[in-house]
Formats: sequence, structure tokens, C-alpha cells
Amino acid sequence: MTQTYSTVASGSGVAASPMLQVTGLNVYYGESHILRNVDLTVPRGEMVCLIGRNGVGKTTMLKTLMGLLKPRSGNIIFDGQPILGKTPDRRAKLGIGYVPQGREVIPRLTVKENLLLGYEARATRPQNTTEIPEEIYELFPVLKTMLTRMGGDLSGGQQQQLAIARAIMGQPQLLVLDEPTEGIQPSIILDIEAAVKRIVATTGISVLLVEQHLHFVRQADRYYAMQKGGIVASGSTRELSNEVIQKFLAV
Amino acid sequence: MLPSILDGIFNGLSIGSILLMAALGLAIVFGLMGVINMAHGELMMLGAYTTYVVQNLFKPLGIFSQTYIFFALIMAFIVAALAGLILERGVIRYLYGRPLETLLATWGVSLMLQQFVRSVNWVLIAGLAIFCLLYFGGMWFVKKRPDFDVIRQKAIALLLPLSAAVAVAVGVFLSQTFKSAVTQPWFGAQNVDVTAPKWLQGGLPIGNYQLPYTRMFIMVLTALCVAGIYFFLNKTAWGLRIRSVTQNRNMSACLGIPTNKVDALTFALGSGLAGIAGCAVSLLGSVGPNTGQNYIVNTFMVVVVGGVGKLVGTIAGAMVIGLIDYILGAGILALLFAQIPPVAEFFTFFATTSMAKVMVFLLIVIFLQYKPAGLFPQKGRTVDA
Ligand SMILES: Nc1ncnc2c1ncn2[C@@H]1O[C@H](COP(=O)(O)OP(=O)(O)O)[C@@H](O)[C@H]1O
Ligand SMILES: [Mg+2]
Repeated sequence: MTQTYSTVASGSGVAASPMLQVTGLNVYYGESHILRNVDLTVPRGEMVCLIGRNGVGKTTMLKTLMGLLKPRSGNIIFDGQPILGKTPDRRAKLGIGYVPQGREVIPRLTVKENLLLGYEARATRPQNTTEIPEEIYELFPVLKTMLTRMGGDLSGGQQQQLAIARAIMGQPQLLVLDEPTEGIQPSIILDIEAAVKRIVATTGISVLLVEQHLHFVRQADRYYAMQKGGIVASGSTRELSNEVIQKFLAV
Repeated sequence: MLPSILDGIFNGLSIGSILLMAALGLAIVFGLMGVINMAHGELMMLGAYTTYVVQNLFKPLGIFSQTYIFFALIMAFIVAALAGLILERGVIRYLYGRPLETLLATWGVSLMLQQFVRSVNWVLIAGLAIFCLLYFGGMWFVKKRPDFDVIRQKAIALLLPLSAAVAVAVGVFLSQTFKSAVTQPWFGAQNVDVTAPKWLQGGLPIGNYQLPYTRMFIMVLTALCVAGIYFFLNKTAWGLRIRSVTQNRNMSACLGIPTNKVDALTFALGSGLAGIAGCAVSLLGSVGPNTGQNYIVNTFMVVVVGGVGKLVGTIAGAMVIGLIDYILGAGILALLFAQIPPVAEFFTFFATTSMAKVMVFLLIVIFLQYKPAGLFPQKGRTVDA
């Protein structure tokens, strides 16, 4: 596997190490074996897509990465340091921004409060934590008009934009997106795609994306295909063949 | 007739105020962690005893001693909050997600606290202090070694009996040298009395009825507490964190909120409120080791009736239960219906403290049949993990 490293400056990590390196990960729900020896690498500044049909274990993989699930074996190295012993909040502070499946906007907080929570992940909290930076509104103009609405009252697409904006507020080094276009109307899917593309272009952060939409998948640099909890194919998305698409994407 | 009704309403409201202060802490903690703290009443009791101690310390100060109540309030908050913090860090955090075990463990703690105030004396305090100093100091020392994980078991096996032995030895030595000067319990099993400061004695005359100042003081205090909590939860960074963790713990953690700090802080805050409630209780009558138990059942009922997650629910629940409990228990309804003998007899039957509780229970059971989620249920998506 050849890897190209971009030159995004990193805080603590070794410059040559990949942003994220997962090796030999085995995860169980009770006694059922969900992830089997998963190896996955996200090089710095690249967008990596994890594809696979429903129920193969993609969300499980991301939850383990965030620390919501404990693996039985394996290792996760983020920015050059092992993070398996760390709690989710420590991992967020290290620079992993998580946009979960189902969005998980905090329902009885206003949009603004949801956004402000994004500051929690910053390693050093900014002086003024009551204002939202203008860049956020440039990425997602719709949010500016509904700052006082309750997060739970937004539509699915608006919640998704809020969840991504919230993650970006923390200035992560790695953005983790779990099916950001699931159940969202096509016009907003394009908005979300464009926003993610712009985030990558302006900040140069790495992205780990779980996605079913072929159009979005093609934006990524590399893909990993998962089946029954194991990685069964990987490569550059340019070489993504129709056969692989048929097999791993629910199109 | 009118005075007794006024009296009933006013006393009911002031009991409701105390319930509200106690229930606020319980409701916030329950909403955040799903934990019912059976020792909450004993934290109130600690607040009441703190008031007693502060009052005695202030006695020699002459005119200045009349201000003891303000210092007592602050100290009651601090003592109860610290006790709550120790309880959360030492016991409850190991039991998250196991409500039944938490219930049993905190119940055990409540019994320990009751016995503690009965038997606390200088020997016990010295022994505890020495034990903590040796054991936790020793562990702190061992923790700094690089091979801590390896020798942890051995360190505990060595330090625990050693510290205990030294503590017991010192205790025995102290009690034999100084005899009853150090073995005399501070409070004993009897009730102790707090006298309200002079400027709170008496009352505001309304016709031929007097509104007691102490009870007005308690209501004002409660209003301040409620306003303070409202401000804290809605306008501060920690308040935002608490609300976020209450609604979605996992996602909050993934956003970088230190959930264990939020838990500890919230628990300490809730306990501190119980301490303030205890201080208020001490103004109404004598306090004893069982003081907490007298209030805890009604406090739980307030949380159940008020529903979790809404301040108004807790407020309404506390006032309604405080009023009903007092008005029934004092037999005021029986007086009202004196002209209609069967009704009067019915209410006379319930006009004792314990029978009033039975009636309140019955009403709550009926109420929950119609509104299982409490007075003001959360609308929209509920909290799931
Ligand atoms: N909380 C859970 N308890 C038990 N099994 C679960 C749980 N969540 C997911 N699973 C199982 O784990 C497998 C992988 O789920 P998931 O990671 O959500 O798949 P994907 O995100 O790829 O659609 C599925 O077979 C699912 O049934
Ligand atoms: Mg999924």
C-alpha cells in the first residue's frame, strides 16, 4: 500500500506518522464478533471513505475510534500516539471531530448552544466562547437564521449541517463523518458535500467518511470496503470499479 | 378560622420551600446521572448540624452572633457539598448504570451518616484523620512510582491494615489519656436545638395573625436558590455542559465535555442545596440524626410528581405536596368541614403526620395513573444513550 503524506502541521505527533492508524481491531457486542482484524489508515490531509452495506460494522468502527466501545484487541494510533486508554472527551480534545450517524444534535438546546458546545473540543479555549465565528455561517448559511431554535426542532438536513458545523467549531485534525447524507433530501446533500469539500480545501484536515452515496464517495482519495466486519478491499477511489460499487454500495 | 387557614397555607408553603430546595438537587442529579441518592436526607441533616455548630461558635461574639445564620448557610452548603463530592467520587461513580446497587449503596451511606453524627467525638475524628492521612498520603506517594500498576495490590494490602492499626492505636491512646474529654460524643443521639437569630423571631402581624419571620426567611432563601440554580444552568458554561450531558451523555463526551467532572460538580451542587435546606430545617425545630428521613420521602415524591428536567415541575410539585401534607396533617380541613360531620370525621382520621403521609401517597398514586411522566413531561425526543 503506497501512501502519500501531505504536509499539514501537527501539534504533538510525529510528522511522518499518518493521522490515524488502526491495526488488528477486534470488537464485540457481548459475545457477537462485530469487527474482525480491521486495519485502516488515514494519511494526513487525505479523505478516506469506508464503504459497505448496512450492518457490516462501519458505525461500530467509528464508535470504537471515539471511545464509545472498547475493543478486545488491536490498536488505534492517532497523530502518533495510542489513544485506546483515553476517554471520549480526551480523544475529542486531541483533535477528532465526530459527526455520528443520526446526527445526535442535543435536542433541548438551541442551535447556538449546540454550536458553542463545539468549543469544548479545542485544546485551548478561545477568550470569547459566546460568539460563533463567521466562517461557520459561510459554510452553512442556513444556521445563521435559526440560532434560537431548539436543535431537536430542525429538519434532518439542517440537523446534519448543525452537527458538522459543531464538529468544525472544535478545529479538529481529523473529521469523522458517519453517513452524513443518510435520509436527507438531494438538494441538501449537495450543500453538505460542497461544505465538506470546502472544509478540506481551506483547513487541510483529514477526513474519515462513511458513505453510501457514490457521488460523495468519489470525492475521497482512498476507500476501504468492509464486509462482515472485515476490510475486504481498499485502494484509490479513482480505481473504484463498477464491480466493487455493485458489491459494497447500496445503490 | 381565618388565622388557622392562613397559618396552614403559610406553613405548608414554607415546608414546600424546604422540600423544593432539597428536591432541586435530587432532581438535577437524577436527570443527569439517573442516580437516586438515598443519602440526600442525611446531607440535609449534615447541613442542619453544621448550622448548630456554627451557631455555637458564634455564641461568644455578642451582638455579632446574630449574623451567624449567613455563615451557617455558607458552611452548610460547603460541608454538604464536600460530603456529596466524597460520596460521588468514592462510591457512586463506580455504580453508574446500576440503579439498584446505587440505591442500596447510598442507603447504606445514609445509615452510616446517621450513626456518625450520633457517635462523633474527638477520638473518632482523630482516628479518621490519621487513617486518611496515612492511607491516601501513602497511596499518593506510591502512585508517583513508575511501577505503580505492578505494585498497586501489594501497596494496598500493606497500607490499609497499617494505617488502620495506627489510627486505632492513636484512638485508644487518646481515649485512655484524656478520658471523657475526648470520648464524649459531640451531639449524641438526642436532638439539638438551633435558635433563630433575634431578628428572625416574632412575626409580621396581619390582623390577629402573625406571619413568622423565620418562615418568610425560608421562602426568600428558596427563591434565591431557585433563581441561582436557574442562572447557573442557563447562563454559565458549566450549566450548558450539565444540560448537554443530561440530554445525551455519549455525544457530549464525544464533543469533548469532561463528563466525570460534570457529574462530580453536579452532585456536589445538589448536595450543597440539600445542606442549605438542612439549615432552613434547623430554623423550624430541633434537629436530630433522623431529621433527614422525615423529609426524604416527600422529597422523592416531589421529584416523581414534578417530573425530571423542568424547574417549574419541581417548584409546583414541592409547593403542592408541602401544602397538602401540612394542611392534612394539621387537621385544617377537618376544621373547615366542621358543619358536615362525616367529611370532618374523614379528615380528622387523616389529621396525624403519618396518616397525612398515607393520604399524600394515595393521591400521588392516583395522580401517576393519569400523568405517569409527572406534571410537566418533556416534549419531543426523549433522552437516550
Ligand atoms: N447496541 C448493539 N448491540 C448489539 N449489536 C449491535 C448493536 N449495535 C449494532 N449492532 C450490530 O453490529 C453490527 C454492525 O452494526 P453497525 O456498525 O451499526 O453497522 P453499519 O454502521 O455498518 O450499518 C450489526 O450486525 C448490528 O446488528
Ligand atoms: Mg451505520
